[in-house]
Amino acid sequence: MLDKIFTGGKKYWAWMIFLSSIIGAGTLAYLHQYEVGLGVTGMGRDVTWAFYISQLTFFVGVAASAVMVVLPYYLHDYKKFGKITILGEFLAIGAVIMCMTFVFVDMGQPLRVVNMFLHPQLTSPMFWDSVSLMGYLVLNIVISRVVLNAERNGVKPPKWIKPVIYTSIPWAVSIHTVTAFLYCGLAARPFWMSAIMAPRFLATAFAAGPALLIIICFVLRKVSKFDVGKDAIQKLAVIAAYAMFANIFFLALEFFTAYYSGMHHHTQHFQLLYVGLEGNSSLVPWMWTSTVLAAISLYILINPNTRKNEKILGFGAIAVFLSIWMDKGMGLIIAGLVPNPLGYVVDYTPTLIELTISAGIFALGALIISALYKSVLTIRRQV
Amino acid sequence: MKRRDFITATALAAAFGLAGKPVYNVLASKDALASKTGKRLAMVIDLKKFEGNSEMMNKCVDACHSMHNVPDIEGAKEEVKWIWPEPFEHAFLEQNNQFIPENIQNNPILIMCNHCDNPPCVGVCPPKATWKRAEDGVVMMDWHRCIGCRYCMAACPYGSRSFNWRDPRPKIKNITANFPTRSKGVVEKCTFCDERIVKGLEPACVVASKMYEPEAMVFGDLNDDKSNIRKILSENYSIRRKPELSTQPEVYYLI
Ligand code: SF4
Ligand code: SF4
Repeated sequence: MLDKIFTGGKKYWAWMIFLSSIIGAGTLAYLHQYEVGLGVTGMGRDVTWAFYISQLTFFVGVAASAVMVVLPYYLHDYKKFGKITILGEFLAIGAVIMCMTFVFVDMGQPLRVVNMFLHPQLTSPMFWDSVSLMGYLVLNIVISRVVLNAERNGVKPPKWIKPVIYTSIPWAVSIHTVTAFLYCGLAARPFWMSAIMAPRFLATAFAAGPALLIIICFVLRKVSKFDVGKDAIQKLAVIAAYAMFANIFFLALEFFTAYYSGMHHHTQHFQLLYVGLEGNSSLVPWMWTSTVLAAISLYILINPNTRKNEKILGFGAIAVFLSIWMDKGMGLIIAGLVPNPLGYVVDYTPTLIELTISAGIFALGALIISALYKSVLTIRRQV
Repeated sequence: MKRRDFITATALAAAFGLAGKPVYNVLASKDALASKTGKRLAMVIDLKKFEGNSEMMNKCVDACHSMHNVPDIEGAKEEVKWIWPEPFEHAFLEQNNQFIPENIQNNPILIMCNHCDNPPCVGVCPPKATWKRAEDGVVMMDWHRCIGCRYCMAACPYGSRSFNWRDPRPKIKNITANFPTRSKGVVEKCTFCDERIVKGLEPACVVASKMYEPEAMVFGDLNDDKSNIRKILSENYSIRRKPELSTQPEVYYLI
């Protein structure tokens, strides 16, 4: 199936070369970081995790969201997702590889990562996060390969793949739960230490993931003959609407507990995010943009008139995706670390190097996903 | 009951029994107190004795940092420190009452790794590069195993850990030959001078403080009921940093 990656028109190749050049720039920036150390990033002794780990967190969600197409199709026999499950699984593959790369570039001693498997600390969520991410990657590679090969040969997929597919469903939930456990078990960080972290992660995932799939479907319609159909897209929009609503609800619950109890070491992080704290307000514009986008997206997704209008729906999907990215991929991790345990409010701004490396990883994900999608479309003769 | 069902039921019950015990232990655990076997090394810092004596405080810091090849890096962002002075309002931010005596408000406090009995930094470390030593409770570091993920820094509630954001060696003023230097990309912190403890010596900071005051810093074994540190703790009320987090810090402050 992979042979189909290398056949394609001019536009396809232009796109792939464009992505490759960003990957190249990212690699150069990484070599510099590798040489000098993580001091070339905006991180420091207080904001010890920042842009890289935030992206890991966000894209684990995107990866997990494949379950939102796999589950309806395989468990509820929702036939209209038939064309789209493979897109979800390939998106998951690309997203997991991005996550692993983000973890890798965040390591101070990247060549020693093997130590994590030679001497695993079984109480460390980071160990389990890597294990579950790798398992999820393998599951999705196996499933998509077997199912697509069967489709190519015009036969039914082998029986043994069913239990593998069923396994991937709770597994998807587990990867994001374990990612939440990275944070929510730390007594040192009151902002993260919330039992609702895992459900909130899942809600954001199941909103941002399907939103991204909607965007991808619209793009595929433009650049190819592939069309998943109106119904499938509407279904994705409804899923995103429910999940986005759950996300906003969970966020409101976080606000309530923090502000009703009035506990300063809980509220101060919300202050940092939404009004600024001790003169530090770099995250405030992001959080309010995220809030406004969330409101717009909810309106578009819930109101049937706007949802059913695919032009408007496209904007809604972009709004969902960006809103959650700003919240989870920018605010959440940094705000948990500021103020630091000694009560100092420190600032963090990503450096150009950090952003270039991240752009390289985004491009890597896009390249993998484009190549995989290309192979499906060729097999289905819909280019 | 059919024979097969009976076997299944027995197996299930046995499995539950096996899993049940550890689960029960976790649920029933109280605040993890230090093991009663072996040593339980701890430190007492008498704030009164440091008052107005910033020279003594600096000497303690210098003794530690020069002996352990701690780089001298400017700026808060990439600073590396094992022991350092911090104002009361930051060292004890939860206990910073409004009208505290001036001497407490105006005199900085030495802080360092607390060698917690229940150290959150240890449980999170993916390659077990930091661990609590069973025989004396020192929270150790292996700088050759650390992968630099900085999870321990997120987990430590005291800001006790530093990361080498760049190669620290050019920033070390005089390299102490018999102590390792660190490479970039690893975490480091106070180890209660484990290299001195094995030789029966006291930590460098304690020795430095003794040049000025005999009992400004007292180091000892809390499991030894005849130790000086036990005597001091039972005769004076002490406070610890963030005791409410159940980490059981082993550095005690006399105010
Ligand atoms: S003070 Fe921090 S680094 Fe030291 S043992 Fe406690 S949690 Fe770990
Ligand atoms: S930075 Fe090093 S010591 Fe800290 S958790 Fe990671 S591997 Fe362990």
